[in-house]
Amino acid sequence: MHAVDEANQEALRRMLAADPVLIDVIPAAQAIGALKENVLLHAGPPIAWERMCGPLRGAIAGAIVFEGWAADLDEAFTSAAAGAIAFHPNHHFDAVGPMTGITTRSMPLLVVENRTFGNRAYCTINEGLGKVMRFGGNDAEVLTRLAWLRDGLAPVLAAALRAAGGIGLKSLIARGLSMGDEMHQRNVACTSLLLRELAPWLVRAGKDPDVVAQAMQFIAGNDQFFLNVAMAMGKAIMDPVRGIAGSSVVTAMSRNGTDFGIQVSGTGERWFTAPVEMPEGLYFPSFSEKDANPDMGDSTIVETIGLGGFAMAASPAVAGFVGAGSAATAAAVTKAMSEITVGENPEWTIPALDFAGVPTGIDIRLVLETGLAPTINTGIAHREPGIGQVGAGVVKAPMACFAQALSGLAQALGVA
Amino acid sequence: MSVILNEVRPGFYLDSVALMRLSREIAGQPGIAEAALMMGTPANKEIMRDARLLAAPGEAAQGNDLVIGIRADSDAAAREALANALQRLTTSRASVDPGQGWRPRSLRAALKILPDANLALISVPGAYAAAEARKALRRGLHVLIFSDNVPLAEELALKREGRDLGRLVMGPDCGTAILNGVPLAFANRVPRGEIGLIGASGTGLQEVSSLIAESGAGISQAIGVGGRDLSREIGGIATLMAFDALDADPATQRIVLISKPPHPEVAQRIVARVAASAKPVTLCFIGADSLDLPKNARLASTLKQAAELALEGRLIGAGFDIRARTREMRIPAGRSRRIAGLFAGGTLCAEAQVLLLAAGRHVASNAPVPGASDLARAVTDSDRILDLGADEYTRGRPHPMIDPQVRDDALRDALDDPRLGVILLDLVIGYGAHTDPAGHLAAGLARRPDDGPLIVASVTGTEQDPQRRSAQVAALEGAGVLVAPSNAQAAEVALALTGEYV
Repeated sequence: MHAVDEANQEALRRMLAADPVLIDVIPAAQAIGALKENVLLHAGPPIAWERMCGPLRGAIAGAIVFEGWAADLDEAFTSAAAGAIAFHPNHHFDAVGPMTGITTRSMPLLVVENRTFGNRAYCTINEGLGKVMRFGGNDAEVLTRLAWLRDGLAPVLAAALRAAGGIGLKSLIARGLSMGDEMHQRNVACTSLLLRELAPWLVRAGKDPDVVAQAMQFIAGNDQFFLNVAMAMGKAIMDPVRGIAGSSVVTAMSRNGTDFGIQVSGTGERWFTAPVEMPEGLYFPSFSEKDANPDMGDSTIVETIGLGGFAMAASPAVAGFVGAGSAATAAAVTKAMSEITVGENPEWTIPALDFAGVPTGIDIRLVLETGLAPTINTGIAHREPGIGQVGAGVVKAPMACFAQALSGLAQALGVA
Repeated sequence: MSVILNEVRPGFYLDSVALMRLSREIAGQPGIAEAALMMGTPANKEIMRDARLLAAPGEAAQGNDLVIGIRADSDAAAREALANALQRLTTSRASVDPGQGWRPRSLRAALKILPDANLALISVPGAYAAAEARKALRRGLHVLIFSDNVPLAEELALKREGRDLGRLVMGPDCGTAILNGVPLAFANRVPRGEIGLIGASGTGLQEVSSLIAESGAGISQAIGVGGRDLSREIGGIATLMAFDALDADPATQRIVLISKPPHPEVAQRIVARVAASAKPVTLCFIGADSLDLPKNARLASTLKQAAELALEGRLIGAGFDIRARTREMRIPAGRSRRIAGLFAGGTLCAEAQVLLLAAGRHVASNAPVPGASDLARAVTDSDRILDLGADEYTRGRPHPMIDPQVRDDALRDALDDPRLGVILLDLVIGYGAHTDPAGHLAAGLARRPDDGPLIVASVTGTEQDPQRRSAQVAALEGAGVLVAPSNAQAAEVALALTGEYV
């Protein structure tokens, strides 16, 4: 028991020592050598085509067309079903992706470097709201936007970040928390703060004022732009926490629309999975629960570092998705999450909780002891491919993952 | 026919989540097919267009404008919903809902709020109680285990660990304590005073502390050590620790120890510890014959006598004249002198058995004291004195102290028994107990025939308890029950009614 506590203190120390900096945007194939032709990364734990949900298949078909591996969506579905494409989780390649989380070789990836530990993590660029690939969208509009992200936005964004010498994210998050963001459901403050820091560098980096204007307009017009930055940051913070012998701290939580998976420091790269749950939430007009796909995405990496549902108290607006929707409900969620975490992050504080730090480092033992599952803020995709986002809400991580993980940790420690 | 109604509020910003909640409320109104409130960004307008909510005014809205779109069965329904939406947009909402407060789920979180706490009361199903108690001990807390069904081996391990850490493990199976004047679990509100109590019996501790309180004296501490503490296996670990604590406590002038008869080896150990104390000690081992005692100790055969010894001879219920009270009462013709005891308190049941046996009666019980026989060996004229709080009656049901209905069946049987002479009852009030046990009992006795068995009871508790002792007594007397000042006196009343009170 003592050894586990010590290992967890080391995990917390590494999390708090992290210094994540957004440094670049580069093509996925350059960031991840394994991304050859017909290789595709997705959100969540490993999954075969046969068990994939509608939106994930829809996004995969779109990505296949986008990469030119098939002429149209029909051909793409056929070839994916026939086994022509190799599927792997983003998490196996230092990467994360929201919702369907599709990453293919030509997509531009945000690069976050953890300067304390020297590791890097990657995430695609957020496409905006509405019909988008991360929610299973795959029509011409979706693919055209992806092409513009790659050919229009990425080069100028990359140039600006390099010229700026990177944008430090730690203090940016701290300010965002005090402005009502929890970095999962609500990123409007951090998006604005990021754009404010980037603006002069974008102007200097761009050769064509129209391109710069479009880039700035795109970022300014997408309140969730920062989500993907926060996700890459989360991955960059958590990867150095992996593999601490005996540690019961969760290093990844992730879902593929079928399974929810977690990884734990003391059990390395092993996934502990259980069927994913349905989010509870609010829906866009003309949609309801019956349209919803079960929970999806690598974005739960932000809860893993103490943001999202864990920082709900910072973001009373987001509490509208749960219960009565009051600020008191939001505070209660964060306090409940502090019952399942090793400690708090003194640099990421919540004014409404008298500047208490966000609950940091999920301990699977505490999850099982208290019966409190991590609370996750999430978007909700339509269950059919090609339709996109239909709502947003809150979902719980399934308890079964944590029970399996504890057995796994006990085995690893030789006490099972 | 459906109507699409738009209203645009230029420059009115509201967070999208708040708008989604509002949308859901408006869409749920009668006659409304669909409704949405959204900021007029191109993406949002597209969603509204697809949902057939956008008309010309909405189409013209900009990103900073709030668009209200309503599709309804009729113009009137649409207008009413719109008015409602506009009103909700502008009225302020109550800020904080006090019902949403967070309560800690774990000991660890509770200690963050109350870092100076030094006692944990454990009340979880027995299978989990030991694990929780161990966590509390390792965080430096004393522990009161209210849970029952804790395995004996776990109890022993916990008490040993507690002893090594200098922490008292109270309970299990004796959910009573009054520490520094605070009643915990099943306990009564009693004044502070000079008498320190240690009990391996919950209702015994409640009866003695209540009798002391009702006669005007008070309690320094009452420590429930658990029903099995004086067994051979546990060896009195908590009793001896509690004794050390009361011995060292300057507020405690006299000590009372209440228990079923201990295992002989354990009794020796206890007596040796008593001999080492400078304080006067009363030992009340219900049903025990005799014991070689040191000079500072006396043995009480009943709970009432234990209270009287601790009160240095003051008599309990001295104004209660049993002969006078029973002079006019006769067991109805055709009924025997047999007594049925229906007890919620285990030790109260034992005390009644001791007194009936002393009067030479044949007593059978599901929890027999020495000298009484098992129910299976009862003969026709045996008094059947039942502990209805015992496992065989409470499996899957609450304890009769919490839910007096548990006693209803047995009471009905007794009332229907054509030969039974006297029914003897206890009523335990205080914290943790039912809010009005006398009211429940009175209702159950309401329509009984005049020639039924006589009913005698006592109320364990104090005037300061939430149920108020006098109110409970009055309710029972109103139902024709003869109420004695103590459980022992109730048994004596029963004996007087059967002609054996001497």
